[in-house]
Amino acid sequence: MNAAQSPSIAGQARPAGAVSAHQTPDPAKPARVPLLDVRDLHLQFQTRTGVARVLDGVSLHVDRGETLGIVGESGSGKSVLFLALLGILEANARVTAGSASFGGFDLLGSSEAERSSVRGRELAMVFQNPRAALNPIRRVGHQIEDVLLRHTATPRHALQARAIDALRRVQIADPEARYHAYPFELSGGQCQRVMIAMALACEPALLIADEPTTGLDVTTQAAIMALIARIARESGMATILVTHDLGLAGAHCDRIAVMHAGHLVETAPAAELFARPRHPYTARLLASTPYGARSIESLVSVPGQLPDLTRTDLSPCRFSERCDRVLPACAGALVTRDMGEGHHVACHNPC
Amino acid sequence: MNAQRLLAARAGVAFVLRRLAAALPNLLGVVIVTFLLTRALPGDPAAYFAGPAASREAIEEVRHALGLDRGLATQFGLYLRDLAQGDLGNSISTGRPVATELVERLPASLELTLVALVLATLIAVPLGVLAATRPGSMVDHLCRVIATAGVSLPTFFTGLLLAYVFYFLLGWAPPPTGRLDPAFSPPQAVTGFYLIDALLDADAELLAAVAGQIALPAITLALFVIAPISRMTRASMLGVLSSDFVRTARAVGLSRARVLYVYALRNALLPVVTTLGMVFSFLLGSSILVEKVFAWPGVGSYALEALVASDYAPVQGFVLVLAALYVLLNLVIDLAYGVVDPRARFEA
Repeated sequence: MNAAQSPSIAGQARPAGAVSAHQTPDPAKPARVPLLDVRDLHLQFQTRTGVARVLDGVSLHVDRGETLGIVGESGSGKSVLFLALLGILEANARVTAGSASFGGFDLLGSSEAERSSVRGRELAMVFQNPRAALNPIRRVGHQIEDVLLRHTATPRHALQARAIDALRRVQIADPEARYHAYPFELSGGQCQRVMIAMALACEPALLIADEPTTGLDVTTQAAIMALIARIARESGMATILVTHDLGLAGAHCDRIAVMHAGHLVETAPAAELFARPRHPYTARLLASTPYGARSIESLVSVPGQLPDLTRTDLSPCRFSERCDRVLPACAGALVTRDMGEGHHVACHNPC
Repeated sequence: MNAQRLLAARAGVAFVLRRLAAALPNLLGVVIVTFLLTRALPGDPAAYFAGPAASREAIEEVRHALGLDRGLATQFGLYLRDLAQGDLGNSISTGRPVATELVERLPASLELTLVALVLATLIAVPLGVLAATRPGSMVDHLCRVIATAGVSLPTFFTGLLLAYVFYFLLGWAPPPTGRLDPAFSPPQAVTGFYLIDALLDADAELLAAVAGQIALPAITLALFVIAPISRMTRASMLGVLSSDFVRTARAVGLSRARVLYVYALRNALLPVVTTLGMVFSFLLGSSILVEKVFAWPGVGSYALEALVASDYAPVQGFVLVLAALYVLLNLVIDLAYGVVDPRARFEA
């Protein structure tokens, strides 16, 4: 299948640098139609010990050009959410309810052929541990060409030049030589740049960066984050930064969504979230995160641990067992309240 | 670029030479052990060759003629001196030089073993891939059953069973009596492999006859090693399919076929290549019995007959040739590994 036959995402026709122009006919009004709109997503894993309800009614949206941070502990379901949206989860995972629209394309209801033509072209993802995420016995240039071959009509003789351009775009030194390198010949940071080059080769409308700096040293982390931010700004690409690091999300994201045990517990503009966390879990997370002028001594860990999601007696609020603000009402159905200013919280007794 | 190639080629040659040199102590060990083992075997070659009616003096005379009355150390020294000159001694039963006989018979054994190896790989690798991509399915169970049956039945039994069914009952296979029906004359010896030589002669009838003869013994041997190859392929493929880079390949939208064959399979074959080396040595060992069952004129049946006759030189020669083959094969596998896996290329 070539690009011309592929299902079209609205962003495909966008002129470079003017991403949301055709989405917002009236410049005074903000875009009403988000780029990614996930509603009430439920997902479960069939495991040896039973059914784990890993995502339980997750709704979120991302606008064009926006940077959204998804923050949560390991096991909160943040990576699973996006693997599910891409449709690349293991066979034992099943989406049981919900919808996801990406620029008008139905991510969950479309055929595998249609979905795979969107993956890597309009909707791209980079992962943590970049060295393992690249094919160890294939030259990195060829891995980028694989993506170009799949999604674009680039003639064969122009492939190498385009792959080298992709490497140059992620600021790899001496891209002509690196084109021939195998992943084991590159540093972790260079491998992550290659991953980003692969993900961005087809100029996607949305990049999902899943812990992109985990496993890299601190200076490389900063360089990688700056690179993603710069490319997103230049091309008007929306970015979702999935991380366990609230500080990192705060530094790079417009909005932050906090996940806990398969629930999205709080969403707010980054500054607002840091200034006025409303969900007890977010407040606890902030108290455990070193940022700003906080001293190490003042850090407090979040009590308890994530509940076992295979349990059938889970309370509607999955944080209630770890919460010190629990009310009798917390046993009732979980509702997400609009606190104004784009601040939403799923709590009966917000801070 | 050219200078780089030249350097790489030079490094390659140095690698091969180093490996061959490193194999010499192993071969010396093999020489010592087989020399001692053959001497420790029950049976007195002098008595055997003097005949049942021979007198004590006649036996002693034969013993002296064979040089067996000298001390072990002296015998070993003489053996080493001959070896250094490429002389493997003479067979007492046939009276001909062992080296000549081994060279005549080796192609038959190699052809049989290699055909079995290729056959087993062609069956086992797809079977393992199918089993890995559909774990718990019918194919997976079938793979397990074939593998278990193949490895648990002794080769001589499978051989006899196949010969009984396909020659005796069904009449599909030619009689299990060697490499070629006596009605044909063998192809012009170029490689010594009848299949290739018949192909070079462009003689379809001869090729069919040769293929018919080799089919049953090769299948017998192949059945025995399908198990390790397919199980290894399955395990390795399962591991690779759940790896991060396969997830990446799927995340960028590559087609299922490309993910499976270009990304997963090529990586999964690395441990399989290593397994093939081990499997080849199983095959060389088990071909002895299969050659006997199918009257295959290879080195295995030659060694077996010599062993029964307490004829030392052919047994020693056979084991030495096997060891040398094993060393060479492992070298070839390491070189092949370097071609497939860039990470293995510069470590030596």
